[in-house]
Parts: sequence; structure tokens; C-alpha cells
Amino acid sequence: MTLWYEDPIKLIANWLFGLMLGWGMPVDTANFVLTLLGAAFLGVVPLLFCIFLIWYERKLLGRIQDRFGPNRVGPWGIFQPFADMLKIFIKEFITPQGADVVPYNLAPILSVASVLLIWAVVPFSMTMMGVNLNVGLSFIIGCGGLGLLAIILAGYGSNNKYALLGGMRAVAQLISYEVPMVMSLLVPVMLSGSLGVNDIVQKQTVPYIILAPVAALIFFITSVAESGRAPFDLVEAESEIVAGFNTEYSGLKFGFFFVAEFLHAFTISLLFSTLFLGGWRGPFTDQVPLLGFVYLVVKTFIVYFLVILFRGSLPRFRIDQMMDLNWKLLTPLSLVTLLITALLANPLSGMPLLQAVALFLVNLAALVVLMSWAERKMPRKRKIVAKTRPLATPNQQDQLSA
Amino acid sequence: MSGLQIAFLLIGAITLFAAVITVSSRKIMHAALWLILALGAVAAVFATLEAGFFAAIQIAIYVGAIAILIIFAVMLTRRAMEDSGPQLNSTWPAALVISAGVLTGLVILLSSWGGFETRSMALPPTGENIAALGTALVDMNGYVVPFEVASLLLIAALVGAIFVASEPKGK
Amino acid sequence: MIPLSWYLIFAACLFCVGLYGVMARKNAIAILMGVELMLNAVNVNLLAFWRYLWFTKVDGQVFVAIVLVAAAAEAVVGLALIISAYRRRNTVAAEEMDMLKG
Repeated sequence: MTLWYEDPIKLIANWLFGLMLGWGMPVDTANFVLTLLGAAFLGVVPLLFCIFLIWYERKLLGRIQDRFGPNRVGPWGIFQPFADMLKIFIKEFITPQGADVVPYNLAPILSVASVLLIWAVVPFSMTMMGVNLNVGLSFIIGCGGLGLLAIILAGYGSNNKYALLGGMRAVAQLISYEVPMVMSLLVPVMLSGSLGVNDIVQKQTVPYIILAPVAALIFFITSVAESGRAPFDLVEAESEIVAGFNTEYSGLKFGFFFVAEFLHAFTISLLFSTLFLGGWRGPFTDQVPLLGFVYLVVKTFIVYFLVILFRGSLPRFRIDQMMDLNWKLLTPLSLVTLLITALLANPLSGMPLLQAVALFLVNLAALVVLMSWAERKMPRKRKIVAKTRPLATPNQQDQLSA
Repeated sequence: MSGLQIAFLLIGAITLFAAVITVSSRKIMHAALWLILALGAVAAVFATLEAGFFAAIQIAIYVGAIAILIIFAVMLTRRAMEDSGPQLNSTWPAALVISAGVLTGLVILLSSWGGFETRSMALPPTGENIAALGTALVDMNGYVVPFEVASLLLIAALVGAIFVASEPKGK
Repeated sequence: MIPLSWYLIFAACLFCVGLYGVMARKNAIAILMGVELMLNAVNVNLLAFWRYLWFTKVDGQVFVAIVLVAAAAEAVVGLALIISAYRRRNTVAAEEMDMLKG
């Protein structure tokens, strides 16, 4: 008998199943309807949760910038996202003349869809997940590809050369940053021996951030770049080429892009906590599996806090600095991490403590070595154009004579 | 007509429809977008064949990289083809006849083969074994040589493409 | 449930559509798209045979992986060549690149 804290989803599903059989539906149809309901639930809940995320980010960003953030609309400004939503819903859809209708309208939908699809393979607790795909990580990489497609469709469909240019630049940045991301995603696969996300979580008796800190760092940086957030937000920042690929979008279509970006930031925090911080693992998850969900939410919010901290405190990258960072630092670093993990993980798999310590230290050593080598090879190109001028200080004699 | 059969018929129809529009579309950009749909539907066909790994890889590589590359190339060569005027060669009737002939020949050849109507699954599937695929690719008695040659091919393609497509340097 | 013949006929149709695209289009990029369709048809064929006849062995899957890699490499080089030819001759139509013609 499943108790409520063991598998709440299964309880609800069984009750609904019984209800539908009572109405006289054949078993196959009832199963199909249940699957559809599950998919709809998993698709709608993140979108509703995004309302809270928008408020959280704006408040936090405000506090980082030494101001209050929204505080007018309701206590602590919690109704601000509803006001935003209302405004966006009632704005007019202005379709530019000569725009290609199908790509123009498909792009926002695809943008949100590519983020929501990732939620289908993430394990929320020991018993709750969307689909237990055994190729979950390849699926996640494919969903990133769909997001790229959305940006290209938006840039092309707008019939606006600035949107096209912005879209092409965005895609160039995104496909560059996909390379170290995929390579750093291979490290948890190597350490756990499976592509399935649930397997990766279950094998993390020691969280992989200790066994592979460099891979975690690379995954974090490249995911932030992939989602187009600061400091990598060159392609859609306010002072850049108009507004990038979403220049010609207004109203709810722009709202979709907006929601997709916020949700993507939360999704990468979710992925990071699942793959590197141990997901739903924690004390007492054997007796009370629902506690795993709580642990996952706590870990995800910690990482999301870090992502917002990045946004609030780092200046924006230039496009050539971004490409330098990617191709000259992150890609060799991820290759070196792959090598280190491949060499050390398997022979030491019998002695978990030694494996953990050895991998950690060798990873850190590789990071330090590579970064100092990079500093030497690529010094910051700043020239000194003048000496610092001497400060004006009051003279002692002047004061006495005055 | 089981659910899987209906699903396969639907996906097959979408693929062939998208492929036909790809090869006959007037605007090259539309052809590229229909190609993306065709490649995505082929990934769905892979999924019905219980090759889930290849379905995911198809989306990641074809839709996520090659299709985007094709769109970039279309954008970079936009001035040449004005998307008007005949998009087909002068030899297109012959091409149609040859393709139809090849299709008929293939169907006749296949239907005369014994195993053509192999029905249900050969063995109950125990799930896809990706670990076996990985081991076979690096096994000494397996496929390590084609694997290494394929990686060399990729390096050569990478370097060659960068060199060929780079701007001609001034003297 | 789905007979093998369905997959084989589907792959043959896709192959012939790609073949028509290669033979009948002017734009070099459209020809490349036809080639990609043909390679995908080959992949479907290989995976269908693997699934129905040799499920226990991974040879079919290795073949598919290598074909995928070769298709990707060929698409990359082909597009680079098209862009380079466009820079010199300012045209993308395949029948206008005929300098080697007798």
C-alpha cells in the first residue's frame, strides 16, 4: 500500500484510473488519457512556477544592486509578475510586413517547448519522474538544439536585417558553447556508466561536484552562456543591436521568449543539481521518498541564486572575449578533464575514498595549470597610455598663509 | 490497425510530404526548414524502431548542427539565387523518370526477397544496450579501426572546411 | 506489429525523393539537401534490418553511427566548398560552375 509520502503521483494516478474504469473506459484508453494528463501537468506546472521565479529574480537583483526591487504591487511586490502578465497579455500582436508567417509564429512556441521538454527526463524524487529514458542526457542535448532552431526561425522570420544579424550572432555563440558543454556532460556519464539521468543520480553516493569539480564548473559556465544570460547576454542586451532576434515580437510572443529565458535559467540549475549535486539524494530519503523532492528544490534554488548573482555582478562580455574564452580555455580544459576522468576513474573505482580525493586534487591541479598557462599565453590586452596624474593635495604653507 | 501502426503511418506520411516539399520548393530557405521537419520525423521513425539513442543523436546532430549549418550557408549565399525563376534543371523530366524507375525497381526487388514480410519482433527486446555499442566501437576484434578512421575523417573535414571557407588573405 | 516491408518501402521512397532532389535542382545547397535525405533513408534501412533480423548484435548500430559521422563530415565540407565557390564566382547554381567543361 503506497503511503502518501512514498509516491503521491502514483496514488493520484491510481485513483484517476479507478475513476475512469468506473466510467466504462477501456483500459488502453484510460492509460493513454493518464499519460496525456501527466504530460500536461508536467508542462503547465513549470510555466506557473515561472511567475514566482520572475518575482524572485527581480527582488534579488534589486537587492544586489542596493535597491528594493518591486515593492508596490502587493506586500513585498509579490503581485508584480501578475501585473506584468496582464500587461503582456493585452498588448497587440504586430506582425511586420513581409514576415514569413510560419517561422515567425513558430519560434516563440519552439523556444518554450525546448525548455519544457527537459523537465520530462529529470528525476524529482526516487519515484517521481516523467519518463525514465535510458538516453536521457542525449535527449537533453537534443533539446538544446531545438532552442537554437527557435532563435534562427525568429531572426529569419522577422524580415528585419537587425533581427537576422542578432539571430545569427546568438546562434554562433550558442553553437560554440555547446562543444564544451557536451564534453563536460560526458564526465558524469563516465563516472556513472550510464546515459540515463536517474542512473546518474542513483550512483552519486559522493556528489559528482567533488569527483569532477572542473567539469561542474565548465557545465555551469557553458549553461549560463547557452541560456543567453549575463554576462553572456551580448545578443539580447538593451544596448546592443536593437533587441537581437526578438526585435519584432510584441505582446505574448515576446512574453514567450521572456518566459523561456527565465525558465531556462531555472532548468539549468535543476540540471546542475541533478547531475553534479546529487539530485534528490540526502539523508532519510529511503524512509520518506518525498523528502528527496524537497532536497532537490533546495539545491536548485541555491544554484539559481548563484546564477542570479552572476547576472547582477559581472560585466558583459564582448563577442571576441566570449569566443576566446570558449575556444581557448573551456574546450581544452574540458578535453583535459575528460582525459583525467578516463584515466583515474575506472582503476580506482574499488576504493571510493581514494578515488574521490585523487580525482578532486588532480582536477584542481589541472585547472590551476591550465589557467596559469592561459594567462601567460593570452595576456590581457590593455596598454598603459599615460601615467597616473598626481593627486592635488593642499600645501602646508598655503594653509598657514591663508 | 494497432496504435503503433497508425503512428508509423502518420510519421511516414509527414516525412515523405516534408521531403517532397524540400526538393520542390521555390524558396531555398523554405526548403531548408522543411528539411528540418523531415529530419525530425526520421528521428521519430528511429524511435519506433526502438533505437532511442539514435533518435536523440539524430536530433542533436542533424537538427541541432547540420540543419543550422545549411541555414547559415543559405544566408551567406543569398544574393545569388533570387528565389525566382525556375528552380529546377533543364533535365528534370529525366530525373523524375529515373527516380520513379529506381523506386519501382527497388520495390520489385524487395518484394521478391524471402524475408520481406518479416512480421513481429525477432526477439523480445530487453531494452537497448548502449554499453554494448560503446564496447563494440573500441573492441580490438570489433570496430575500433572504423571508429578511429571516422574520427580522422572528422578532423580532416574540420580543418579542411575552416581552410576552404576562410576569407582569402591579402598578399 | 509493423511488418519490415513498411520500413523498407518508406526508406526506398525517401531515397528516391532525395535522388530526384539531387538530379533536378539547380541550387548547389538544394542538391546537398537531397544528399542528406538519401543518407537518412539509408540509416532508416540499416536500423530496420538491425531491429528485425539481428537484434542481438550491435553491428547494425555501429554501421549507422559511422554513416551518421560520414554524412556530417560530408555536409560540412560540401557547404564550405559552396561558400568558397560563391565567393569566387558569385553564383550558387550548379550548372553555372562549368569552367572545366570541354
